[in-house]
Amino acid sequence: MRYLCLIYLDESKLAAMPEKDMDELNARHLRLNEELVESGHFVEAEALQPAADATCVRVRNGKPTLTDGPYAETKETVAGFYVIEARDLNEAIQVAARLPSAPLGTVEVRPCRDLEVDGVAYKASRKSRGRTFRS
Amino acid sequence: MPPAEPAGPTGIAALVDSVYRAESRRVLATLIRQLGDFDVAEEAMHEAFVAAVEQWPAQGVPDNPRAWLITTGRFKAIDRLRRRSKHEVALDEDELERLESIADPSLPAESEAVEDDRLRLVFTCCHPALAPEAQVALTLREVCGLATEEIARAYLVPAPTIAQRIVRAKAKIRDARIPYEVPGRGELEERLESVLRVIYLVFNEGYLASSGAALTRHDLSAEAIRLARLLVELLPEPEAVGLLALMMLHESRRAARASPQGELVLLEDQDRSLWDRAQIADAVTLVEAALATRRFGPYTVQAAIAAVHAEAPDGGSTDWPQIAALYDVLLELQPSPVVELNRAVAIAMRDGPQAGLALVEGILARGELADYPLAHAARADLCRRLGRAADARDSYRKALELTAQEPQRRFLERRLAQL
Repeated sequence: MRYLCLIYLDESKLAAMPEKDMDELNARHLRLNEELVESGHFVEAEALQPAADATCVRVRNGKPTLTDGPYAETKETVAGFYVIEARDLNEAIQVAARLPSAPLGTVEVRPCRDLEVDGVAYKASRKSRGRTFRS
Repeated sequence: MPPAEPAGPTGIAALVDSVYRAESRRVLATLIRQLGDFDVAEEAMHEAFVAAVEQWPAQGVPDNPRAWLITTGRFKAIDRLRRRSKHEVALDEDELERLESIADPSLPAESEAVEDDRLRLVFTCCHPALAPEAQVALTLREVCGLATEEIARAYLVPAPTIAQRIVRAKAKIRDARIPYEVPGRGELEERLESVLRVIYLVFNEGYLASSGAALTRHDLSAEAIRLARLLVELLPEPEAVGLLALMMLHESRRAARASPQGELVLLEDQDRSLWDRAQIADAVTLVEAALATRRFGPYTVQAAIAAVHAEAPDGGSTDWPQIAALYDVLLELQPSPVVELNRAVAIAMRDGPQAGLALVEGILARGELADYPLAHAARADLCRRLGRAADARDSYRKALELTAQEPQRRFLERRLAQL
């Protein structure tokens, strides 16, 4: 069975965190990822940019419309996810608008971010190209 | 004018100033593409202008000041990258190599890209993934070169609020990777819609202040028209031409729209000798060109309606059948209760107040415009014309409850008092 673990937290807490603590948090995530790879639990992980960087895509009458910011309705809940690789936000939006569920609800497109430790950026994802886990 | 003086320091300062006014937006637009970041580009541009003030008196003004400023700005950014690497972070060799290998803007390889940079800037600032108020603020700041304080004054919003909108928008452009490009053919129509909406929002904010005592804030309207002219010059799409014409036609009536006491004057009561005939003639030429393409949209049709009004020598000789027909076209292109309301008013003029009233009451009964003051004002006016004073009074009162705009309130109060 596969499970999706969604992390919720108060962004202002994250933003107020001293760099030392942030480095520590990121390093611990990266260490855990390696442990989970070894134990066979790991499938995929990403850290996300702040909610303000989100864009919501809705397809109605075959036409995509965009709104700035995160998804804010409470009636609808997370029903699935895709992690996609795209050149830029425009390409990501085009892919999001192709999802067959997009006409039924809303697709929130959130850019992923690197995890920084001591000024070096690491990707949480194992699938991403470039530098992955700390070697 | 005295003959050319030897360019002393004051002469150079004035020259740099005029180059700044003429070129700073183009220089910025190109530096954003080359350097890949709004803030880095702004910093680099300012350093380039500082260098111009320092170097031009001794070295003379370069043949191509714009190319000089772009190249100098890029070198300033390279210096900064090197300097920063000494203290904090490892030198980004790839980025350095990329910046060093960019061709001089006056060379053919680069000059074609430079031509499109202002259009890239417009489309990026008006990207629909940014909040609408952020699109407006960013466009006025980056494309029009208005200071944050000027935008804040025009929108009656504290300057830090505008500054924060701009900072957030730039962060999103960077972090979500909103591309710096002119959209391709497939996306162009939709993305252009977003640009035109921003321009029209700016215009309307200036033309019809949403609240407060001032009927017009001329600077914003003039800025919107300048912006539309730039867009038409860069991308002559019919709807961009149509929007430019529409704004020019509104603007041509500015002097007649308010009485010397600042009271709102309705179109039918305006002193038409105050209308700017030259501007109307220019706008009519634009409307005709846009209509002839047969690829026009709602802005062009609205401009055509405004043009029919503008061409009537007096209110009584307005071609209402043509206006009603144009509203039919508009309603098809842009179905909305507000368009329906305007169409109803045109039909009242063509077929009499009774026909119009039936339509207005039908729209109000659906409830969509229940909070729209002009819908109640329209009903009031039609009832007044039919001699139904009590019904007119009810609707004027309802309109008054709903409107916050002072000149509109005073107008409605006058009408109410006349009943």
